[in-house]
Amino acid sequence: MAERLLKNISTRGLKNAVKGSEYRREAAISYAILIIGFIVLQAGAAAGMIGHNLQGQFVPICCYISLAVSLNLVVGISGELSLGHAGFMAVGAFSGILMSRIMGFHMSFEPAIIITSMLFAAFMAAVAGFIIGIPILGLRGDYLAIVTLAFGEIIRNIMNVLYFGLDDGKLRFAFNHTIDGLDNNERIITGAIGATGTKTMASFTWGLLLCLFTVFVVLNIKNSKQGRAIMSIRDNRIAAESIGLDVRKYKLMAFVISAALAGMAGCLFGLNYSTLVPLKFNFNTSVLILVFVVLGGVGNIWGGIIAAAVLTILPETFRQFADYRMLTYAVVLILVMIFTYNPAINARVKSVVNKIKIKKPGGKDKKTGKEAA
Amino acid sequence: MNFLTNLISGLSLGSVYAIIALGYTMVYGISKMLNFAHGDVIMIGGYMSFVMTQYVGMNGWLALLVAIVVCTVLGILIERLAYRPLRGTGSLAVLITAIGVSYFLQNMALLIWGANPKMFTSLFKGMSPIHAAGGQLTITPESLFTIAANIVIMIVLTLFVSKTKAGKAMRAVSEDNGAAQLMGINVNQSISLTFAIGSGLAAVAGVLMCSAYPVLMPTTGAMPGIKAFTAAVFGGIGSIPGAMIGGLILGIIEIFSRAYISTELSDAIVFACLIIVLLVKPTGLLGKKVSEKV
Repeated sequence: MAERLLKNISTRGLKNAVKGSEYRREAAISYAILIIGFIVLQAGAAAGMIGHNLQGQFVPICCYISLAVSLNLVVGISGELSLGHAGFMAVGAFSGILMSRIMGFHMSFEPAIIITSMLFAAFMAAVAGFIIGIPILGLRGDYLAIVTLAFGEIIRNIMNVLYFGLDDGKLRFAFNHTIDGLDNNERIITGAIGATGTKTMASFTWGLLLCLFTVFVVLNIKNSKQGRAIMSIRDNRIAAESIGLDVRKYKLMAFVISAALAGMAGCLFGLNYSTLVPLKFNFNTSVLILVFVVLGGVGNIWGGIIAAAVLTILPETFRQFADYRMLTYAVVLILVMIFTYNPAINARVKSVVNKIKIKKPGGKDKKTGKEAA
Repeated sequence: MNFLTNLISGLSLGSVYAIIALGYTMVYGISKMLNFAHGDVIMIGGYMSFVMTQYVGMNGWLALLVAIVVCTVLGILIERLAYRPLRGTGSLAVLITAIGVSYFLQNMALLIWGANPKMFTSLFKGMSPIHAAGGQLTITPESLFTIAANIVIMIVLTLFVSKTKAGKAMRAVSEDNGAAQLMGINVNQSISLTFAIGSGLAAVAGVLMCSAYPVLMPTTGAMPGIKAFTAAVFGGIGSIPGAMIGGLILGIIEIFSRAYISTELSDAIVFACLIIVLLVKPTGLLGKKVSEKV
């Protein structure tokens, strides 16, 4: 009964439920972009067409794609503004590094180490997401945004005073003071200096697998009964509540899963660098991921993938214009937002698009993404 | 005495936060947007004052005046060029635009003044600190003037908003944009005025902050901006007395946790306090509770 009513109130959910083809199309496009992008970049690297700097960005690009897709679960599908995604990334990165070092002490089979580290990272980030998710559920809109921002900063600050070391296979831990009697290679995490001596195991292939897994999880949630419930809460919270949907449960679910996926991405990110400072995971990184989501189209999975890839590759390519590239980035960001969302400009663009469409007979109105949450 | 010294520096830091938070809270009240570029206007204010005193050779107080004028114009321009085209399109689009403006200002400053930190000369250079309680308690002129400036600004602003015609128009617009327009209030003008006041105050805050903590970099405004934003939410965003109380409490918490708990964890403690307050009062200390219409 509730499910039937739910379909009626959530028009977007209804559309998605009826149009299974819509879902299949989105999934096909997303996977195709990932795999084709992977092949093109790999081939380019093998043929020597891609510079060393850009090759170094392959794994981070995959991580950012994965982060953008997972943040889309909160911002696009659940409709809540989160400004602390980098916090979960940090939890994942440091717990993943910790696990990889502990396992690396006992074994040398890398795939097993990476997978276990990622699972542990996902678990730890999910726990963080759960702890953060419970209090924020009562808050709305901008208040929720500021609390996620605050939590992101808290996590980063706590990372600044955490110390881990591995003394002959025994894990040692200290809070707010250094560990004595450790050699440099026995230190794993040293407060504000961050993780040092990490064995860099991440590779582009692992990055691709991570992206595919993240997209798989998010798309399946979007197309499930739970996903429709989450979207109906986004579209009309009161109506959804009135038909007996547990708003807290579904919001928490979206938040925790998003955090876990961000943790996995953070883990791979951490395993890509031999040294990693907690400062990397500050507010700016959270904002960067949010920019990917918004420029790709809120709620649009493959749009986020493209935005994350392009916006990481472009600044890297224009490194010779170092001084002006971030300034240009800022101007482009502002202009894109104005051109996409300004009602007057938007109407004009639509009328032009419609004129073109009328000329083409049988042109179906394909509306993809670009829907303001 | 240690306690008193800490309390005074907490009040001084809190006053800076309060003045910045006013800009956030007024802009949020009238246009319901999180203006993340506000922190960078502070930085521009600091740099303007620096340039005027160091390169032009102006008197510090005259330089402050120039900084206020420049930031006021900057605030109006930002609103006109970046935010007005997106008015009424949902908070996410405006938020990202504000972040774009913030990047723009930071990188502009980076291009003009470089990444090297500049040493800011205090506005109160040459004034000697006040010693009290037999030399045990020292009050710097920076602290004294910052706290005094905060009190004056707060009184003037409260009077302005409650007594003058322009202030009443601002309140009307923040209450109901459409109805205010029907009553013949120029909404655009009111919003511009709000941005102008907020940005002018940001310049004052920038100079006061740089006088107390004299390192000036393109990212100087970012963290105080976030903290002041936290202060505004703490006190109840949209409320002017809330911004003052929020700012002062936050400043005191920060200084005390630095002094008695841990320097590294002071920010975490500040943010944790914000979360606790929001859990107990979801709209901040003095925030209005808005009930949802079905």
